[in-house]
Amino acid sequence: MAIGTPVLQAIDQTLETKRRPPSQWLYEWVSTVDHKKIGLMYIVYALVFLAIAGFEAELMRIQLAVPNNHFISPQVFNRLFTMHGTTMVFFAGMPILFGFGNYLVPLMIGARDMAFPRLNAFSFWISAFGGILLYFSYLGGDGLYGAGSAPDVGWFAYAPLTARVFSPGHSTDYWTLSILLSGVGTTGTALNIMTTTICMRCKGMKLSRMPLFVWLMAVTSFLVFLTISPLTAAQIMLTIDRYLGAHFFDTQAGGSAVLWMHFFWIFGHPEVYILVLPAFGFASEIIPVFSRKAIFGYPAMVAASVSIGFISLSVWAHHMFTVGMGPAGNTFFVFSTMVISVPTGIKIFNWLATLWGGKIIYKVPMMFCIAFLFQFLIAGLTGIMLAAAPFNWQLSASYFVIAHFHYVLVGAIVTALFGAFYYWYPKVTGRLMSETLGKWHFWLFIIGFHLTFDFMHIPGLLGMPRRIYTYEAGRGWDGWNLIVGVGAVLQGAGIVFFLYNLVRSYYRGEIAGHDPWDAWTLEWATPSPPPSYNFAVEPTISSRRPLWDLKHPEDPDENYE
Amino acid sequence: MMQTTSTIPIREQAETPWVLPYRGKVGMACLILAESAIFLIFVVAYIYYIGRSLSGPLPAQVLELPILGTICLLSSSVTVHFAVGALRKNNVQGFTLWLAGTVLLGAMFLMTTAREWYHLIHDVGLTIRTNLFGTTFYSLVGLHATHVVIGLIMLTISLALALSGRVKEEHAERLEVLSLYWHFVDGVWVVVFLVVYVLGR
Repeated sequence: MAIGTPVLQAIDQTLETKRRPPSQWLYEWVSTVDHKKIGLMYIVYALVFLAIAGFEAELMRIQLAVPNNHFISPQVFNRLFTMHGTTMVFFAGMPILFGFGNYLVPLMIGARDMAFPRLNAFSFWISAFGGILLYFSYLGGDGLYGAGSAPDVGWFAYAPLTARVFSPGHSTDYWTLSILLSGVGTTGTALNIMTTTICMRCKGMKLSRMPLFVWLMAVTSFLVFLTISPLTAAQIMLTIDRYLGAHFFDTQAGGSAVLWMHFFWIFGHPEVYILVLPAFGFASEIIPVFSRKAIFGYPAMVAASVSIGFISLSVWAHHMFTVGMGPAGNTFFVFSTMVISVPTGIKIFNWLATLWGGKIIYKVPMMFCIAFLFQFLIAGLTGIMLAAAPFNWQLSASYFVIAHFHYVLVGAIVTALFGAFYYWYPKVTGRLMSETLGKWHFWLFIIGFHLTFDFMHIPGLLGMPRRIYTYEAGRGWDGWNLIVGVGAVLQGAGIVFFLYNLVRSYYRGEIAGHDPWDAWTLEWATPSPPPSYNFAVEPTISSRRPLWDLKHPEDPDENYE
Repeated sequence: MMQTTSTIPIREQAETPWVLPYRGKVGMACLILAESAIFLIFVVAYIYYIGRSLSGPLPAQVLELPILGTICLLSSSVTVHFAVGALRKNNVQGFTLWLAGTVLLGAMFLMTTAREWYHLIHDVGLTIRTNLFGTTFYSLVGLHATHVVIGLIMLTISLALALSGRVKEEHAERLEVLSLYWHFVDGVWVVVFLVVYVLGR
């Protein structure tokens, strides 16, 4: 049984009262190596890009809302979908999840900082410059050759479209280099998180006692090593092709365009898991706390996470069924894609079993997690449909695919992410986010989400291809696209409520105290916001729920684990 | 249940000694994993394009086995191992000598690569633009050579620090991390050698 040590009052101040001049404040943030500040910078930076890329999506939905629309030109439309996809994946999705990882992993394992604090700062700044470089292409992309002012090759940039001949100017180079920089930063952060998880755990924090979020960040980091690196390699090859005249993806000289597809999707599919595994981690932390029960089947959850990590490395070519891989290749990738739904299903059943019989508290974080469960299930089911090669041949590159992967990215990842914001905001700022504004955010966003992405499946089934900038009337797509557009506006409104809530609660939110949710993991043992070195004394734990043991010395968890 | 002051769970009596691996080694292992994936993609591209060049020159016509370079690089792995071993026994002089040997052998390897490239570019006229063989050969061997250069820079810095008397026994663990990187660069060379000079010819 653990004994509690009260933290000295002096460092347990919930809110800082000192005011400093802006220059000092700026210097402190730019030069910081503190994992919490770096995590916050990741999150704020990613929110900015989330807003930009979301705005790009809104523009595309306005263009497509009615047939024969001329709101934006085809050229601008190409740039918009390229920038939207690239930004969301590399400069919104990954930084925001790594931001949470950066902030929470050391706190959750009872460490005072990451294993390599300076590498951490380096990784953040290099990723940040990648995003700035990508958007600088709007200014600098014209280059000497006078073509293009932003990348327009699509987020997966198929060869040979990216060759010098077909993409003159520098816009494609901005795309390549910004992704290279982001890749370096991501690998550095993943290395840091993995090393922190292995080497910095507090006494008693065995691997079998780590919070599930930490486990999932570790699996994510492992995937980053094996999948971001192929992307980096492919981008190096593309740069060599474009600048030194090599022939990796030059079909005129015997190079292979399909090889690029393989290299890209070896990264591209596990990337989905890099994004979704941290979201699983959020759900695995929030659902037990708001069900007032320990997570159901902890060992099965860990095993499922690790096996998802491994299996996800062998599914990439299901993006390429229409390339013509032959029956053996198709069968393998159909099989491996369907197999990955087994560990995923295990996770869904475990979350449901955690809810079962619990005293569920419907606060905003929990509402988002329940929406996550429901939406992730549907996303998985359309995934199984698309995994069947014959079905895929009909619907590849249609809006059905777009609807499916946005169901995963928005319906599962972004939804769980919002839950995480409401859940950990009091730890980060010391104040709770407003429940009323949060409910407005929840309902606007969820209704908008379902209007957009439920109905987007239908024009896909009716044959509407992705990446068209407009379409004729009378194909049966008109009304559906209007509904999709209305949903996009509602989602945007929900996000506005969310951003307002973030800012307002920082100044006006209810004071949270160190543990507003009566939670059980170590981050709630620190003051809110946590002091520079997190823990005044090094914690010792003896179960998966150290704060439960502290609050209930008569019935500690270690008796049951 | 809100408390005003936070409490951190601690336990006075330690159950078992709590020893975790050295972070430098784990970090280097992660880096090696990521780098291996980069090399794997270049190796796959090399193997995929063997025999697909639309024009000459072909590997069998122009490539010679880099025996001397291979011997130098592989033996530098042995010397760096002895260097770390010497430092662990607090033999700073031995460490400096073995490290100097490592730097020398690494530099000799780079010299052989430079001579090979000079021969191919200047005499044979094979560049990265010539054909798929040139594209994949220069990028794979060049990627490896870049890693050798990075390793050499770090080894040279260590040597300079050792000569100025700043390396002590307590730094042995850090230098072991560096030696892990150097062993990795050597291991990659074995793969590159087999793929480019044996399989590719």
